[in-house]
Amino acid sequence: MNTQVLTATLFILVVLVTIAITVWASRQNTGTTDFYAAGRSFSGFQNGMAVSGDYMSAASFLGISGAIALAGYDGFLYSIGFLVAWLLALLLIAELLRNSGRYTMADQLAYRMRQRPVRTAAATSTVVVSIFYLLAQMVGAGSLVALLLNVEGQGLKNLTIVGVGALMIFYVTVGGMKGTTWVQIVKAVLLMAGTVLITVLVLAKFGFNLSELLGAAADKTGKGEAFLQPGLKYGINTTTKIDFVSLSIALVLGTAGLPHILIRFYTVPTARDARKSVFWAIGLIGAFYLMTLVLGFGAAAMLDTGPESEVALSGGNLASPLLAEAVGGGAGSTGGAVLLALISAVAFATILAVVAGLTLTSASSVAHDLYANVFKKGTASEVSEVKVARLAAFVIGGIAILLAIPAQKLNIAFLVALAFAVAASANLPSLVYNLFWRRFNTRGATWSIYGGLVSCVVLVAFSPVVSGKVLPDGKTGSLFPLGVDFHWFPLENPGIISIPLGFLFGWLGTITAKDPEAEAAYDELEVRSLTGAGSEKAVVH
Amino acid sequence: MPDTEPQRSVHRRSQDPVYAELAASKEFAELRRRYRGFAFPWTVAFLVWYLLYVVMSMWAHDFMSIKLVGNINVALVFGLSQFVTTFMIARLYATHAQKSLDPLAEELEQRYRKAVK
Repeated sequence: MNTQVLTATLFILVVLVTIAITVWASRQNTGTTDFYAAGRSFSGFQNGMAVSGDYMSAASFLGISGAIALAGYDGFLYSIGFLVAWLLALLLIAELLRNSGRYTMADQLAYRMRQRPVRTAAATSTVVVSIFYLLAQMVGAGSLVALLLNVEGQGLKNLTIVGVGALMIFYVTVGGMKGTTWVQIVKAVLLMAGTVLITVLVLAKFGFNLSELLGAAADKTGKGEAFLQPGLKYGINTTTKIDFVSLSIALVLGTAGLPHILIRFYTVPTARDARKSVFWAIGLIGAFYLMTLVLGFGAAAMLDTGPESEVALSGGNLASPLLAEAVGGGAGSTGGAVLLALISAVAFATILAVVAGLTLTSASSVAHDLYANVFKKGTASEVSEVKVARLAAFVIGGIAILLAIPAQKLNIAFLVALAFAVAASANLPSLVYNLFWRRFNTRGATWSIYGGLVSCVVLVAFSPVVSGKVLPDGKTGSLFPLGVDFHWFPLENPGIISIPLGFLFGWLGTITAKDPEAEAAYDELEVRSLTGAGSEKAVVH
Repeated sequence: MPDTEPQRSVHRRSQDPVYAELAASKEFAELRRRYRGFAFPWTVAFLVWYLLYVVMSMWAHDFMSIKLVGNINVALVFGLSQFVTTFMIARLYATHAQKSLDPLAEELEQRYRKAVK
């Protein structure tokens, strides 16, 4: 049996299993708490797996090991911000949000602010962040499936994007949060098992000696010790160095502002379970990135990663799958074919799970914040709200498919970085101010959200990502063709400027407005967030 | 602005006087102190520690490239130490919360339940 057939078979198996889970989970999916928050019935450990499943996207699984395989130490350096960031979620956000919110990120702000302006603002940034992230995943899915099935042509890529889009709409509309969470849990188990297997096989090749593995990678790539030192990718000149600092700040502050992560904390019965969720997620994600280090250097040591190699031409995305083939016995061997197909299927499951989580987040915010509270001013019935949420999942899924097809030219890592930058600039300031600053008010909340969001988007629009970047080989490195150049912002990552601006706007809006109502409500918010007094309870079926 | 929004699906404060009472209590002040006393300094500490790592990786190339054992250099050990400190701070917080925060929070929540019944 050849690899493509085996891979395709496993892909179909992944699809069938996830569909079965979704249908099974849909039996109890009637009220809003079921649809948005899975009845708050998951345990801390289960949700910890789901959180890590939501977070370890294909960009992490394939992207980071690929970045290490091509850029050595700098790829590892990049991965660390994604882990350290979880301490912010653990120490400042998860428990307090669980106690003071209900279904969406906006709930926590709306608790003491004027409903309509803050919900509109928070829903806007939720949808923007989720769409950027969603596009990254769907574009990745298109090229990945084509690569893994080894089929050429734009038609299959487009077909894959449509297929992935249709599946994510199905998971969300049928399974709601419960179905989506179970898909995440299954995916997390598959991803960890696959990664452990390949890691052990790689380490065994080098006598379980990390130093030997690193030495082999340095030799094989021909880059020598520089491959093990920082600087190959980000240390080229002062601008690239500052750019990396800017990216790191967005990663470390953005995680705790990602709406699809935040709403996961509502799926557990108490704040203690939310704490346990993050605690487990830190363990799983940390273990995963440690193994990615082995996979990345393993790929550099065992595969051809030169400029014309398959690994380099795929932007590093094929490093893990090809490494799996190599440790299984190489191309043409049965072991190699099986492992390659297995890892490809894991990557596919990863993409499906992450896009489902993102679609659910956007649909929840549109239905709960915009429809039920802004448009219907809180008079909508639960039944109609869930109906609108399902409809919203259809519409958002459709928009994502339509945007993803032309977006295939965009760089996936850039889209992910942009989602983190917006989350850190627009969402984090208002979350932190609301929880810890009594004086914070409606104008402060809307100004920090819109201010952070607009700063981010404007800086990127006038950055080398969009226009004016010329690569060493003379081709354009921007979205616009050569000759078009309207950039004045030197960095590709806006975080270092836009995050302080988000905080600044929030402060400025607050001190220029009087809002005694919001200030008076702070006692209630603070007591509730720290003690859980009056917090939303789990649904008993 | 008068509150004309119905309470049905909106999520906002109850204006129950028990919250003001709890907020003014000695126990709540103590809970806030214990929570902030841990969360704030550790947040600053891990952010500074992480940024130090990033800045040194960018601008202290020679120091980061010093070999320690075999092919293991300072940069790798520094990077791995970020994992260790992340796990350690998470563990410390979990223990602190269980020992010092949860009992107080539970007691206050009980008082709330009695009051609203």
